[in-house]
Amino acid sequence: MLRYSLRRFLGAIPTLLILIALAFFMIRLAPGGPFDAERALLPEIEANLRAAYHLDEPLPMQFVRYLGNLARADFGPSFQYRDYTVTELIMTGFPVSLRLGGSAMVVALLFGISAGSLAALRQNTRTDYTVMSLSMTGISIPNFVMAPLLILLFAVYLGWLPAGGLGEGSWRNMVLPVISLALPQIAYVARLTRGSMIEVLRSPFIRTAKAQGLPMYKILIRHALKPALLPVVSYLGPATAAVITGSVVIEQIFGVPGLGRFFVQGALNRDYTLVMGVVVFYGVLIIVFNFLVDLAYAWLDPKVKYG
Amino acid sequence: MSLLDVSNLNVRFDTPDGEVHAVKDLSFRLERGETLGIVGESGSGKSQSVLSLMGLLADNGRADGVAQFDGHNLITLPEAQLRRMRGRRISMIFQDPMTSLNPYLTLADQMIQVVREHETVSKKAARSRCLEMLEAVSIPEADDRLDRYPHELSGGMRQRVMIAASLLLNPEILIADEPTTALDVTVQAQILELMRDLSERFETSTILITHDLAVVAGTCERVLVMQGGELKEQGEVRKIFYEPQHAYTQALLKAVPRLDEERVERLLDGGEVGGAAAGARAGNAAGADPLLAVEDLKVSFRVHTGGFWGHTRELKAVDGVDLELAPGETLGIVGESGCGKSTLARAILKLVPLAGGQVCLLGRGLSELDSAEMRKMRSDLQIIFQDPLASLNPRMTVGDIVSEPLWTHRPDLDKAAVRQRVVHVLKRVGLEGRELNRYPHEFSGGQCQRIGIARALVLEPKLIICDEPVSALDVSIQAQIVNLLMDLQAELGLSLIFIAHDLAVVRHISHRVLVMYLGTAVEIASREDLYERPSHPYTRALISSVPIPDPDKERSRARELLFGDLPSPMDPPSGCRFRTRCRHAEPRCAEEIPELRAVGPSRVACHRAEELLETV
Repeated sequence: MLRYSLRRFLGAIPTLLILIALAFFMIRLAPGGPFDAERALLPEIEANLRAAYHLDEPLPMQFVRYLGNLARADFGPSFQYRDYTVTELIMTGFPVSLRLGGSAMVVALLFGISAGSLAALRQNTRTDYTVMSLSMTGISIPNFVMAPLLILLFAVYLGWLPAGGLGEGSWRNMVLPVISLALPQIAYVARLTRGSMIEVLRSPFIRTAKAQGLPMYKILIRHALKPALLPVVSYLGPATAAVITGSVVIEQIFGVPGLGRFFVQGALNRDYTLVMGVVVFYGVLIIVFNFLVDLAYAWLDPKVKYG
Repeated sequence: MSLLDVSNLNVRFDTPDGEVHAVKDLSFRLERGETLGIVGESGSGKSQSVLSLMGLLADNGRADGVAQFDGHNLITLPEAQLRRMRGRRISMIFQDPMTSLNPYLTLADQMIQVVREHETVSKKAARSRCLEMLEAVSIPEADDRLDRYPHELSGGMRQRVMIAASLLLNPEILIADEPTTALDVTVQAQILELMRDLSERFETSTILITHDLAVVAGTCERVLVMQGGELKEQGEVRKIFYEPQHAYTQALLKAVPRLDEERVERLLDGGEVGGAAAGARAGNAAGADPLLAVEDLKVSFRVHTGGFWGHTRELKAVDGVDLELAPGETLGIVGESGCGKSTLARAILKLVPLAGGQVCLLGRGLSELDSAEMRKMRSDLQIIFQDPLASLNPRMTVGDIVSEPLWTHRPDLDKAAVRQRVVHVLKRVGLEGRELNRYPHEFSGGQCQRIGIARALVLEPKLIICDEPVSALDVSIQAQIVNLLMDLQAELGLSLIFIAHDLAVVRHISHRVLVMYLGTAVEIASREDLYERPSHPYTRALISSVPIPDPDKERSRARELLFGDLPSPMDPPSGCRFRTRCRHAEPRCAEEIPELRAVGPSRVACHRAEELLETV
């Protein structure tokens, strides 16, 4: 177990290095720079600025310097938000994004698993077809299309919910962003659950449980749910990544001041350090989350042992 | 009045190909305290008829008829009422204890809920009931076992747990659907004995469903014989075995090779009797140069043991086996599952890497060959697998499957020549030769196995390894395949290595037999010596575990049953590996590893072989 964790940790280092290198060189390949603005700076000032941020050094030097700082958990200062370090910006944005993404995941799992199980129980009936076609719709409509439609319906026409912003952190402001973020995930989770649940319900141990006289709902909850959830658990890793990328778009649409919004702004402004900081932060987050998912897998499936 | 009275039971299934009438007008009775056997081959409707009584048919199945049980008709009883009968008054155990227990729950979880579903008792009381029952089915350290998962138990143990779970509420009827089919003979004997004891002790009436007549002979009072959904014959067990009326029952009885009778040259398989080469067997070509020589063969696997630090350890699956095989000879390999017999076969074919020793085919060491030479050599070495359908690629036509070896090994042949050979070999294995464009799923199990044999045969190999080739087949089909293999051997001078757990089939087909235990050979002897004078205590236990399809003999014979399970091959016992289950073990056996040495005409690895032979 300990050895496995250690191995996973060491295995994550090259992944992270590749991620950092790709992001580092790609953002610098993009035309323009952090100090381009409508009114061009005086060449001397710009040269001073570049020197202050070590942007005048050759790229490999900058890269090594950046890695050195990262090793000391220093993401550097933001180029755009003067007087803020990237760490400070991440700390402001992340709680908001976590609330949004976390709620979306919970909603996705709750609705996805229930809908999928229901479809599996009523396989090839109208319920099943309805759930499946709805989820197909959920998967095919991208959230940047779904979000404005939801705003149009619930905020503009019906006026039930606010169209954007955080308000005072009221739940009403979160409803639409959470739903738009969760919808495609509900669909995926429902499809995954249905597929594995159908297979599990066909297995001999379910027949045993029936022969023992257990009612169907108990069979479903006690016998079938755990094995049927295994594929869903494996999907949690990619789902986190999807929710994170989704939140970048959703936060922009709903004007939610989360990490995704910083990321988009940073990318547009060529705020090298901010973009890098968010990339590394999310990279680590996804790696850690995938590791936790594998541990959860071992906990669910008594046959899986890590060594 | 009978406990259960079934009359005019019909089961039908709606399938995309139309309605399938699986059980036709079945009527029978089950008396209080009796054990009733239902015998039939796959597709005979034997399982579906009892599943319909339990209301457990698949969604597309419908049953009609009357099944009177305690004033209720089970067939028309509403699901809610039927559900309360299941597990409490009528309970059921299934064939495969591996998959019939929930692998994700501990035994306690799945047993306690059965008790609490039907009776209002505290969790603690339910648990102690489960404990009692586990002890009743002779599970050692039951308290500890109860909190384990099914995969942590052996197959035999799991079936004991299934039985315990089914008897928790002291049901009036126990239905056992092929309860021992997935188990080794040694374990089968234990389980059957246990079921006999328990049905007496708890006064449970039992319906035992099986394809194996021998299992019925020793356990049942009355027997139903089913075929194609119809009841062919029913009667008291001695009558069925000694005076079978129906032709089908007679044929079933003759299709199985039996250990208690003289070996017959040819099994009755419903085909042409006295076919091409009946009686014309090659026999043991003694003195000829061996075709295959295996010396001190070892295979080991690295196994993760889990645990906090996660160690890997070595599992010695085959630990030093020697054998020789003459041209035209058949060597049988027997042993319980996990003894290394399949691994040995795979190692001979170089399908798994050797950890030591060597394999010589036609005097050439296979380990010295480079991959190109090895590929050439493979045309002489072929294999047939256990699961006939799974070992054929479902996306390839029969023509492609059988011709593939030719494209690889005989690039000199043109398309017409390949086709001609494929048709020829298909006819040779008893197919029509016109199946080239059809797919494996269109064929029955027996036909698929013929296709597998055709694929192995098409290169005209010198040696075919048959890894449990008939274990998945019905008895009558089994007889056909065995006869086919023997005919082919007589005609083509093939050498065969025949791996099986059915000792009667092995006796029928083999010239010599190798008995394996935990990766080592414990006895090698000619067929006659091994079955008439088994020298190793393990061989004797194996032979005495095989049930005999004869009620009187089966019930009166002295048995030398094995107790316990195969020890883990990770930690084989010191000295003689068999000593932990051997009733003749003495202190020396724990210290010295017995060598395989000549004892009379046989070669035996037992310190006490001579003295034990005298006591027989």
